[in-house]
Amino acid sequence: MHLHGDKPVDGNAVAGLFREVFALDLTTASLICAGCGAEAEIGSVRVFGGTMGAVFRCDGCDEVVMRLVRTPDGYWLDMQGARRLFARKVG
Amino acid sequence: MSDSPVTRGFKGRRGPQGPASRIPPGQHLTTDFPVLSAGPTPPIDLASWSFELQDGDTTLGEWDWDEFNALAQTDVTVDIHCVTTWSKLDTHWQGVTIDTLLEAVGLAEPPGPFTLIHCDGDYTTNVPTEDLVDGKAMIATLYEGEPLVGEHGGPARLLVPHLYFWKSAKWVRSIVFGETDDPGFWEDLGYHIYGDPWREQRYAGD
Amino acid sequence: MPVTDAPRLQWQTAEVREIVEETPRVRTIILDVPSWHGHKAGQHIDVRLTADDGYQAQRSYSIASAPESDHLMLSVERIEEGEVSPYLAGEARMGDKFELRGPIGGYFVWTIATGGPLFLIAGGSGVAPLMAMLRHRAAQKSTIPATLLFSSRTYDDIIYRAEMERLAAADPHLKIVHTLTRGQPAGWTGPSRRIDSEMLVSEGFAPDAKPHIYICGPTALVESSARALLALGHDRALIKTERFGPTGL
Ligand SMILES: Cc1cc2nc3c(=O)[nH]c(=O)nc-3n(C[C@H](O)[C@H](O)[C@H](O)COP(=O)(O)OP(=O)(O)OC[C@H]3O[C@@H](n4cnc5c(N)ncnc54)[C@H](O)[C@@H]3O)c2cc1C
Ligand SMILES: [Zn+2]
Repeated sequence: MHLHGDKPVDGNAVAGLFREVFALDLTTASLICAGCGAEAEIGSVRVFGGTMGAVFRCDGCDEVVMRLVRTPDGYWLDMQGARRLFARKVG
Repeated sequence: MSDSPVTRGFKGRRGPQGPASRIPPGQHLTTDFPVLSAGPTPPIDLASWSFELQDGDTTLGEWDWDEFNALAQTDVTVDIHCVTTWSKLDTHWQGVTIDTLLEAVGLAEPPGPFTLIHCDGDYTTNVPTEDLVDGKAMIATLYEGEPLVGEHGGPARLLVPHLYFWKSAKWVRSIVFGETDDPGFWEDLGYHIYGDPWREQRYAGD
Repeated sequence: MPVTDAPRLQWQTAEVREIVEETPRVRTIILDVPSWHGHKAGQHIDVRLTADDGYQAQRSYSIASAPESDHLMLSVERIEEGEVSPYLAGEARMGDKFELRGPIGGYFVWTIATGGPLFLIAGGSGVAPLMAMLRHRAAQKSTIPATLLFSSRTYDDIIYRAEMERLAAADPHLKIVHTLTRGQPAGWTGPSRRIDSEMLVSEGFAPDAKPHIYICGPTALVESSARALLALGHDRALIKTERFGPTGL
């Protein structure tokens, strides 16, 4: 993942980082915003944060729905802004 | 990592190392001003802009844009260091120091040992009070003599140049003093609680 | 039970097998990859380059080749001030080695089973994953109606121009429309402006046709096209975007 400045990329661009943490492909998982209830596939959610980390922001209300940071020690995931995530099994 | 093959012909774009006395460990010089944001750049609306100083829930002072700009202005030329490894030398800022703000609300001493800085877009960062006073920090509104543009945090950003630049929060709206050091947006997610570039405090545990 | 259908994603070392100059600023790199279990059209890989002092840089690149192809192809546009693209689209030669991992990103994917009509909108190198879809569609001899609306700076900047002409000439269900934003050859009759709402209406499918829409390229083009399509009444759930970053077009 490599992001540019203040312009977002799509959640799909974070696919590689996700696969470092999760066995399933999370870009096709759906996520419900805890703030406004909007549901979206993670691959479609705008991601900010440049090279510091991936900050996912809800299309409906701009609130942070998920954050993922990789540090030399491991991975930090925050999902306070999400109510539910559903990841479909592959195959 | 170490077993990655070297790619012939790939140099990378790291700036020069620069003078060791001014470039902290692991940093490289840059001449542009890379942008890093945790959210979309909010539109600048000076008419509704305000800045607040708070002690917990108590408002100590609040300024609109004109009032804020009427406060005593300070110029600084400082080096800045981003945790993503670029450093930029001799950047020139103008704004209002935290000392000036405390004075303006009639306080000889800051009301608490820690602060949480609040910004548009729900960004927060924590800075110990002693790192904000005695001329160490300001709310900057001009960069290189020009009004600070939105993508660099305009109309106003915190400037705490002796800490990693994520602490110099963009689109700043209030400083809240308190008794505890509560982690901000990045400090809560793997980044160092204090962030001293000279001690290379990038991540929690560094 | 261990998950067997999604093995851990590993970095592996690819070797540059062949390089094709597509346009003055874009090259296709054909790679030999030791272990590849196939991909879906639209997916990407992560590339990691390592300098001789150990310094690394990582970027994402879409897979331009069809799943049916024997080789993995990337098409990379050279960004003058960039770190990775000047290597891939300039310095790289046959036999060079670098790391990659993939395929990744199941979201921006189209297969025959997804269905149609298929409406593809690209700017510059953003055509790469969409070309993988068109190549997949052609390899499967699909008759799903498909339209590609492709924005390039000039005629010489059109990536895959000859192959597109061949594909469209042989396929009554495929329409490819070029718009040239910065310069047009003498006699050019196609559109000569950035993709806008009017162009999306005249060249694309109506919302009633429920097209599957894929938009890829520079962030500004992706965002303005997606906004225009939503305003035209297309279903948000059928619009998929892949922003490449702040490429100027
Ligand atoms: C999922 C995904 C798939 C991608 N697929 C492709 C692909 O198939 N082909 C392809 O060519 N690119 C693709 N990209 C873009 C690619 O990942 C790089 O961003 C691009 O090659 C620039 O990298 P760089 O290291 O050369 O530039 P950087 O060093 O990252 O950037 C250098 C400077 O140029 C600016 N900049 C960054 N990117 C661009 C840009 N694209 N145009 C103009 N200025 C820029 C930056 O803000 C920076 O100031 C894809 C991106 C994503 C997220
Ligand atoms: Zn929401």
